[in-house]
Amino acid sequence: MKLKLKIWRQKNAKAKGGFETYDLEGVSPDTSFLEMLDILNDKLIREGKEPVAFDHDCREGICGMCSLYINGRAHGPDDEVTTCQLHMRKFKDGDTITVEPWRSAAFPVIKDLVVNRYAFDQILQAGGFISVNTGGVPDGNAIPIGKEDADESMDAAACIGCGACVATCKNGSAMLFVGARVSSLAKLPQGKIEAARRAKAMVAKMDELGFGGCTNTQACEAECPKSISIAHIARLNREFLCAKLGD
Amino acid sequence: MSDNKLNSKVPAGPLAEKWTRHKADIRVVSPANKRKLEIIVIGTGLGGASAAASLGELGYNVKIFCISDSPRRAHSIAAQGGINASKNYQNDNDSVYRLFYDTIKGGDYRSREGNVYRLAEVSGKIIDQCVAQGVPFARDYGGLLDNRSFGGAQVSRTFYARGQTGQQLLLGAYAALNRQIATGSVKSYHRHEMLDLVMIDGKAKGIIARNLETGKIERFGAHAVVIASGGYGNTFFLSTNAMNSNCSAAWQCYKHGAFFANPCFAQIHPTCIPVHGDQQSKLTLMSESLRNDGRIWVPKKKEDVEKLRKKQIKASQIPEDDRDYYLERRYPAFGNLVPRDVASRAAKERCDAGFGVNDTGLAVFLDFSTAIKRLGKNVIEQRYGNLFQMYEKIVDVNPYEEPMMIYPAIHYTMGGIWVDYNLMTTIPGLYSIGEANFSDHGGNRLGASALMQGLADGYFVLPYTIGDYLAGEIQTPKTDTNNPAFEDAEKRIKEKLDKIFNIKGKQTVDSLHKKLGLVMWEYVGMARNEAGLKKALEEIAEIRKEFWSDVLVPGENNEFNQELEKAVRLADFIEIGELMALDALNRKESCGGHFREEMQTEDGETKRDDENFMYVSAWEYKGEGNKPELHKEELKYEFVKPSTRNYKD
Repeated sequence: MKLKLKIWRQKNAKAKGGFETYDLEGVSPDTSFLEMLDILNDKLIREGKEPVAFDHDCREGICGMCSLYINGRAHGPDDEVTTCQLHMRKFKDGDTITVEPWRSAAFPVIKDLVVNRYAFDQILQAGGFISVNTGGVPDGNAIPIGKEDADESMDAAACIGCGACVATCKNGSAMLFVGARVSSLAKLPQGKIEAARRAKAMVAKMDELGFGGCTNTQACEAECPKSISIAHIARLNREFLCAKLGD
Repeated sequence: MSDNKLNSKVPAGPLAEKWTRHKADIRVVSPANKRKLEIIVIGTGLGGASAAASLGELGYNVKIFCISDSPRRAHSIAAQGGINASKNYQNDNDSVYRLFYDTIKGGDYRSREGNVYRLAEVSGKIIDQCVAQGVPFARDYGGLLDNRSFGGAQVSRTFYARGQTGQQLLLGAYAALNRQIATGSVKSYHRHEMLDLVMIDGKAKGIIARNLETGKIERFGAHAVVIASGGYGNTFFLSTNAMNSNCSAAWQCYKHGAFFANPCFAQIHPTCIPVHGDQQSKLTLMSESLRNDGRIWVPKKKEDVEKLRKKQIKASQIPEDDRDYYLERRYPAFGNLVPRDVASRAAKERCDAGFGVNDTGLAVFLDFSTAIKRLGKNVIEQRYGNLFQMYEKIVDVNPYEEPMMIYPAIHYTMGGIWVDYNLMTTIPGLYSIGEANFSDHGGNRLGASALMQGLADGYFVLPYTIGDYLAGEIQTPKTDTNNPAFEDAEKRIKEKLDKIFNIKGKQTVDSLHKKLGLVMWEYVGMARNEAGLKKALEEIAEIRKEFWSDVLVPGENNEFNQELEKAVRLADFIEIGELMALDALNRKESCGGHFREEMQTEDGETKRDDENFMYVSAWEYKGEGNKPELHKEELKYEFVKPSTRNYKD
């Protein structure tokens, strides 16, 4: 395949970035999108140029590290995949492909296509856990949990924390990310005890860190590589409301 | 024959009482003293995250480091299939002893009885802990925990969360870690890479790390250092490990005197998506759990193989009688559920004999048609839906209609830093847990045992054993990072980075890494022999020379620079590759994942040599340019009788 790549280049957080265009030939349709970038980088280095910085790690769609905005879509044109699982067969020979970093006030650019998502960790540190210490817990089968509840908790827990929801949302809202965690724990009896405190603390932290509000456009669900449902946002809202009413 | 430098410290006494007695014997640190002590943990996978969280809960001051932007990215997250525990919830006669026995047998009798028994003993508590943290394990309609069977076992003891067990367990440990970060007992350093260990008076006292975001070299002191940085599978370039997984932290410890054990024991996983071409950077694993319902086969007739390669027929068109279900044929008792090393070699045997499929001839089929007929598509979709989707996205073939194609790939390394029963290395104050150490899997790791070991070490072993050492450090003040040892280490690291930068050669880091990977796969991969290993040593030495004279690293030192990160790691991969070959050359027996072609039975099975090789090989670094010294830790079997592994009947 022959491709024209328009890629966002930015030296560091403070520098002003801009698009650069690169031509690339001889890409097999069976390569993944990130392997295509590997090929480009190899070429750039050999030409004495700076390679494109991008985040990636497991390349199996589970670590949530890769974070590219391709042709105006988070994780590119395929559905239900992360960038690392996007394959070049989804593009046509001769295509021009635009690649940008996640764009959100809460995710500042570090370099080129790499952003800082530390805000996600901070939200989880505010309450995305069950307060148990190691040891001294009951037997795993001591509390039966209905299969449907366990399954729904698992649906929400499938979130990989990539940030596609935030990058996609016109408000830069992290409601799907927060909703998934709150909902996953709220569906389990172990998590219910701290449900009110958790919802309030995580929402407060989210607001503090500069994420926007949710206006129900549902774009996040459409672009989530793990198809996390916006039903979890509804549950977050319910949990939050109940918590506030309890105050 | 055991070396006097190696004391495993496995306590005496009956197998089932060793750990209990040991816990009673070791010292503890009072809460007031814990507050004065600092611990550094390198890595945030299952081992590192669970250890840091547990140590933080105990009141120690912990600093944890990860190379990614968040602890949650660690490669434990990619484990799919499950975690073993001897709960016997299925009433199928499982027990601590049976899990111990399966694990030590699966490891081909190259691990310590005491360690493996302890692992089996604490396995049940891991499940309890994870459930309490809110890990959404699979459950049955009665609301109780569900289990599945896994390779190398005849009971169902594997707990799972769909095909994302590693992710869910890691999110549990990460949540516990986050809770400690919030309380301030743990301080987390993301995008930081350990580049050197700092020792003062023979003890581990800190690290030098590079802030990957800014390029700044930073110093961190502590009373003890824990290495939980995973394995060295990426030595092979193409592996199922994450792209950033590396052995550099462990390797610096080796260079400071920590012995490196059994480096040649690397696991080749049988069910990976086959290599498609030379533009590939990464291999993808398909969970071993697929072997529960999938049947592995190749065509019986060469003409079918030809037609398949030319795409004249589809696999589903080959009649049942013309299929060779070679695992079921060779190993009737375990069939498709033989351990990983056995399944991988059997696939290689068929492909070498010319029956491999795919246009490369390096693939076999994993077929679900029988299971779909028996259970229905819905059940298969429920069990493996996400794996099937992943396969289709990558390969562009629908596995509900056509069988998957799979081939073995490097996946896990059983070898690692040598540790004693307390998980302490040969350097006082330096510990190693999880895949980074060598301790529990011997020559081959069973499926669903890596998650078990990482969490056992982090939640239930290290938090006890580290206290025994730290109880002797309560009078030691905080480590002063202005100490000359830190200055020297920082200077050395800066010089090393400058040296790599100033080469300004012609070869990219990846192209050199690919070269190394090809040599490793060819000569130090699934089958090894003396001539090949000697050749590997020569070729690796050549690649090493090329690296230090011709590597090209662009950009600057003091900025975010991924090529520099890769270059520093590759320099270490080259050296570990050398040690792997050396160890493989020394071990003139076939054992677990280590297959020496000279040592096989008539029907191609491994031939172990207990008389001469029933030991852990522990290598001591002897300085640049010198051959490392081999120390042997003799393995004594008091409770089980090592036998030939038999998965046939």
